Amino acid sequence: MKRGIIATALIWICFLLQCTFFRALDFGGIVPNLLIILTSSFGFMRGEKTGLGIGFICGILSDIFFGEVLGFYALILMYIGYMNGKFSRVFYPDDIKLPAALIIASDFFYGLICYVLMFLMRGRLQFSYYFMEVILPEIIYTAVVTMILYPVILVINKWLEAGEKRSARKFV
Amino acid sequence: MSPIIKRKGEKFTLPSKYLLFILTILCAGLMILTFSTDVLDKPVNAVAGYVIVPFQKGISSVGKWLGNRSEELAQIRDLLSENKKLKEQVNELTIENTRLQQSQYELNNLRNLYKIDSQYEEYEKTGARIISRDSGNWYYSFILDKGSNDGIAENMNVLADGGLVGIVESVGPNWSKVKSVIADNSNVSGTVLATGDLLMVSGDLQAMERGVIRFGQLVDSESNVAVGDKVVTSDISSLFLPDILIGYIDQIDMDANNLTKSGFITPAVDFEHLSEVLVILELKQTIPDT
Repeated sequence: MKRGIIATALIWICFLLQCTFFRALDFGGIVPNLLIILTSSFGFMRGEKTGLGIGFICGILSDIFFGEVLGFYALILMYIGYMNGKFSRVFYPDDIKLPAALIIASDFFYGLICYVLMFLMRGRLQFSYYFMEVILPEIIYTAVVTMILYPVILVINKWLEAGEKRSARKFV
Repeated sequence: MSPIIKRKGEKFTLPSKYLLFILTILCAGLMILTFSTDVLDKPVNAVAGYVIVPFQKGISSVGKWLGNRSEELAQIRDLLSENKKLKEQVNELTIENTRLQQSQYELNNLRNLYKIDSQYEEYEKTGARIISRDSGNWYYSFILDKGSNDGIAENMNVLADGGLVGIVESVGPNWSKVKSVIADNSNVSGTVLATGDLLMVSGDLQAMERGVIRFGQLVDSESNVAVGDKVVTSDISSLFLPDILIGYIDQIDMDANNLTKSGFITPAVDFEHLSEVLVILELKQTIPDT
């Protein structure tokens, strides 16, 4: 219950920041993808189910405001969350290399899917241009923001887990 | 024991791959539903209007303040208001100028049109503030702080700086989403004011970075169209009102087919520094679907 409320609040804050605050601080019109950071982090920290749930909510939110059809971003982010959940077995909280690599890979995958489905399908063939001008800057900016946002998510997760362990002990 | 629902104490749990499968089908269903009909638009937009938009307004102003704080420090309130007034005047003059040029063209061509009914100052307009921009990096759309409560409806045209910004794509009670003409998925039918030749203005991400819009399908067999000519929305456009300034021709190239020309237009609107826009509260007259 508590976890659900905290997760919803995080999604809500990240979405608002992404399309308002970071839009004012963009570099060359590129904003970092906070929703990917959130989806991946919850994926490898909590497992497949949480990952896909968070991804679905993040995606639906983007769809309502900026999507052409409802469910497009939801589908992509949901699968990203699910795939990240597969790595929850090899995840250790103290190691930042795996999370960083996973978030970067997820953002690349997201960019690639967006390019293929929304641009390549309409005959925009210059992949190198879109890669250099949109996908790569987004990955770099996202990676930089990850360094700040990921520790925050980690602390929140630790705090939640500690609280859950306490209440579990009470029942025993 | 069923593989789908297994018993864990008192609780039923669903394995994640089944959940993934169910949500995938849900997403696909939603996509098909929203692509073919618009039943979901109203309720979804209304909910979004209450959950997200009020906060976007707040944070947007904070973000803007951070982004412009050096600028804001230097500027005094008086100057800002004066600037605003002058800008309005410039807008009016640009509009006036376009109108006059249009009138001249009509006269030159001996068209017996004594009055042009539809000029922009005759349209009823409302001002609105941009409160948020696209969360992705692929398209260029933004959210305005006014919606159907202020009389805005889908497909209304949006202006700024005396030029065309875009078109309202979806509306909630207190917000509306505008698709700009420079977005990669936008197409507008335009006319070269000086010669009356039709062309197609289509947004392009690659051109957007350079601050221009691509155009194509210009049939100009006599090569009358020159760099610097004004391009306005055409009479035959199904969604855009006629004679709204789009921009000025920047570059013209012959297509490989040797029949049509394409090139780039410098937009009249400064899309980099857009903060307030005007929405025309009038829709292009269309033949109703029967």
